[in-house]
Amino acid sequence: MSRPGFVLEVDDRTPPLVVHEGLGFRLESFPLGTRVVYPPESLPTVPDVDEAIREALLHPVDAEPLPSLLFSGMRLTIAFDDLSLPLPSMKSPDIRGRIIEHVLTLAAEAGVDDVEIVAANALHRRMTAGELKHIVGERVFRSFFPQGQLYNFDAEDRDNLAHLGTTEQGEDIEISKRAAESDLLVYVNVNLVAMDGGHKSVGIGLASYKSLRHHHNPQTMVHSRSFMDHKKSAMHHSAWRIGRIIKDTVKVFQIETTLDNNVFGKPYDFLMKREWEWSVRDQASMLAMKRGLSVAPQKLRHKLFHDLRAPYGLTGISAGEVEAVHEQTLERVHRQQLVEVQGQSDVLVLGVPYLGPYNVNSSMNPILATCMGLGYYFNSYRHQPVVRKGGAVILYHPLNEGFNQLHHPSYVDFYEEVLAESTDPAVISAKYEKQFAEDEWYRHLYRTSHAYHGVHPFYMWYWAAHAMDHVDEVIWVGADRKVASRLGFRAATTLQDALEMASGTVGSSPSITYLHNPPHLLADVR
Amino acid sequence: MMLALEMFRSLPRTVAGKAVGSRLPGILSGYAAPLRLVTIDAPVVDRPGWARLKTRLSGICGSDLGMLSGQTSLYFSALVSLPFVPGHEVVAELLEDCEDLPAGTRVVVDPVLTCAARGVEPCDGCAAGATNRCSRITVGDVSAGLQTGFCHDTGGGWGQQLTAHRSQLHVVPEGYSDEQAILIEPMACAVHTALRAGVRPGDRVLVSGAGSVGLFATFALRELTGAGEIIVVAKHGHQRELALALGATEVVAPREVLRRVRRSTGAFQLKPEFSSPYLLGGVDVAVDAVGSKQSLETALQATRAGGRVVLSGMPAPADLSAAWFRELEIVGTYASAHADDAFAKATELVAHDAVTQLSKSVASYPLHRWREALDHAHSTGRLGTVKVAFDPRSTQ
Repeated sequence: MSRPGFVLEVDDRTPPLVVHEGLGFRLESFPLGTRVVYPPESLPTVPDVDEAIREALLHPVDAEPLPSLLFSGMRLTIAFDDLSLPLPSMKSPDIRGRIIEHVLTLAAEAGVDDVEIVAANALHRRMTAGELKHIVGERVFRSFFPQGQLYNFDAEDRDNLAHLGTTEQGEDIEISKRAAESDLLVYVNVNLVAMDGGHKSVGIGLASYKSLRHHHNPQTMVHSRSFMDHKKSAMHHSAWRIGRIIKDTVKVFQIETTLDNNVFGKPYDFLMKREWEWSVRDQASMLAMKRGLSVAPQKLRHKLFHDLRAPYGLTGISAGEVEAVHEQTLERVHRQQLVEVQGQSDVLVLGVPYLGPYNVNSSMNPILATCMGLGYYFNSYRHQPVVRKGGAVILYHPLNEGFNQLHHPSYVDFYEEVLAESTDPAVISAKYEKQFAEDEWYRHLYRTSHAYHGVHPFYMWYWAAHAMDHVDEVIWVGADRKVASRLGFRAATTLQDALEMASGTVGSSPSITYLHNPPHLLADVR
Repeated sequence: MMLALEMFRSLPRTVAGKAVGSRLPGILSGYAAPLRLVTIDAPVVDRPGWARLKTRLSGICGSDLGMLSGQTSLYFSALVSLPFVPGHEVVAELLEDCEDLPAGTRVVVDPVLTCAARGVEPCDGCAAGATNRCSRITVGDVSAGLQTGFCHDTGGGWGQQLTAHRSQLHVVPEGYSDEQAILIEPMACAVHTALRAGVRPGDRVLVSGAGSVGLFATFALRELTGAGEIIVVAKHGHQRELALALGATEVVAPREVLRRVRRSTGAFQLKPEFSSPYLLGGVDVAVDAVGSKQSLETALQATRAGGRVVLSGMPAPADLSAAWFRELEIVGTYASAHADDAFAKATELVAHDAVTQLSKSVASYPLHRWREALDHAHSTGRLGTVKVAFDPRSTQ
């Protein structure tokens, strides 16, 4: 029986607690009275994954069974979430590959020949052949990739985009032509956190900039409170409006999966345990790892962390009509990640780990670290933010990983040129977004290399817009001061220094809440 | 007799300069430069149109520093007559009447020793007003020397006295300080650079370097051409502010330049093996105002196909592949030409508020503190100065 998440109040007996900070972590002694929010332990997983997949496909929610939707001569497109999910990448076999195999088996039985498999990477970078293979599995890869029937979506391929009209609010709906013109679009999702899935899958994953700009902008992001609660997220409202029109045009069969909280495999599983429950072996592992990391060069640390694969287990799978499926998905995600927290605090403390959705096999550059901390982690709440309006956020990350020139070329210009002028999301959106989005060189790199789209760093910055609007102080512990300053923030050496620096905003004895993740958690702030 | 700094022939110092001058230019010019403080006879050229002048201020130019630290190409060795007194940026007053100019007139010197000064029939260049292209710079009434300050017979500004020909003299208007006036000659060069750059209305221009050459070129480009965006490459904070004040649209650090030009022009960037990246596309005109290999290659790499690269600094050897492959026009720009009316234009330009302000930062040294002066001149960027000069009248 897995234990639910809970809120610890730090007292004299509380040992130092793990805080992630990029390619390492520290053991931090928090002030007495600090609230520490721990995620629930992993839920029981599905005992027979193949059987669960079959069951979902044959008995979908609010939809006909998949076999009845398949027929000879039809055009079938299977889209799937890209490598930004889950985090870290899961150990083989990836759940998406297993589902795709089942769908393909049913398609073959129905005599379907025209099948294409598309990674729904929107404006994310093209995945390499190896990355695609990891997700879909060896068999599917070998059967489809050489023929060009397994590929990354190209949001800049004008000839292969279809404009499906606009919503009642004038939002363009432009998605993959192949998907739009298919007799059936099967979407295979991994719903790691509550903001994933639903109409966000097709409506965002297979959409172009023309469509995405309507919800990926500072105004929408500031009014998404939070992204993890789609009913209160302006971004999701837009995605839902778009998704409903897509649904009227294309037959979508949505398959959503949920995972447990098993983020770290052995021998790093102690990172998921509560510190006071560490065995002697766990303590020794921690000590050895900390010592090792402290002397290891950055390249080696990067390799150590990025080679990790998570032993995620499947907690459930639902298939069928998008919204009905997503309701079931959210219920499971909440069961796995929701923790009730009573009231807001003056200070929110977050450890930003080595990995986010956009630096898989890459570097966590300062913009991505900001997105991870002030975007995803800050927004890991329901009802109201963990920190009060006008409070302070203290993040841990060295901000020293630099930029990956292959994956994030436009990020470098964004950092050097745009952030040098302003860090205000609204200002930079008005002045620079279009320039970056339409830059031919970025387009070229996005389409032919493995670069995120030119506009992508803007989106990362917008993810943090709500946090920047909500709090008065952002301080990075252990960060490069110059980098923090370029981002418009301040840097401190220790938590004590950071609290001292924040005292002008939150007083000298603020209430503090630390979200102890990863594993993922969602604070239900009452 | 007069006190002067004299550059002399010294094989060991020249060899030392060639060996380490590019890495340790400050040490070379301060302690191992072929330069000495001497008491010598004041120069006299007893020919019509020549007159003696008393130096008030004489600037230290990048080409002087290059020469003293052994970085200048030996190409120029045939165009000088050793030993000579350097100093070609000169504000001086006439010690005797010179044709229409009475003794005591304050003048700046156009240093090019043209056919008129040498008393020979005008060559094609001089006849056409392109006096900076004079072909007779080694013959005539005075010894070989491309300019005053490189010629044994005329002396130079780094001495208490020099001689100059009437054709070289431009009267300094009333109200101009010596510090302002000392900027007229480098500004005249910048005027020539701007005119040689062939900038069309709206052209994007890159100026690589924000020392005095780059800053004045920026100002001249802004004032005299229809340049659109002018991107200036600056290493130091104060250069950034000055460049903006003098008309730059944007100022970037050396490591950012290619990226910024790429962004602003929509160019494509390529990364060759074991070499620095370059652009396909880029600015219409690039001005290399440094003369280093890196600066020149930056200009070449950031200019669009068919664009123009202007060599304003004395150039170092560089990879010219881009010039061939992109069919770039490489344009040299040396000193200034009479036909440009460059000194008259420059005199107007230095009256501009931004330049007047800048002239207040001119640092002057007496001759006997020449090592300090050269050290300072080598570090102007870092120390926040744009021009360092000698004041031979000063004893402090």
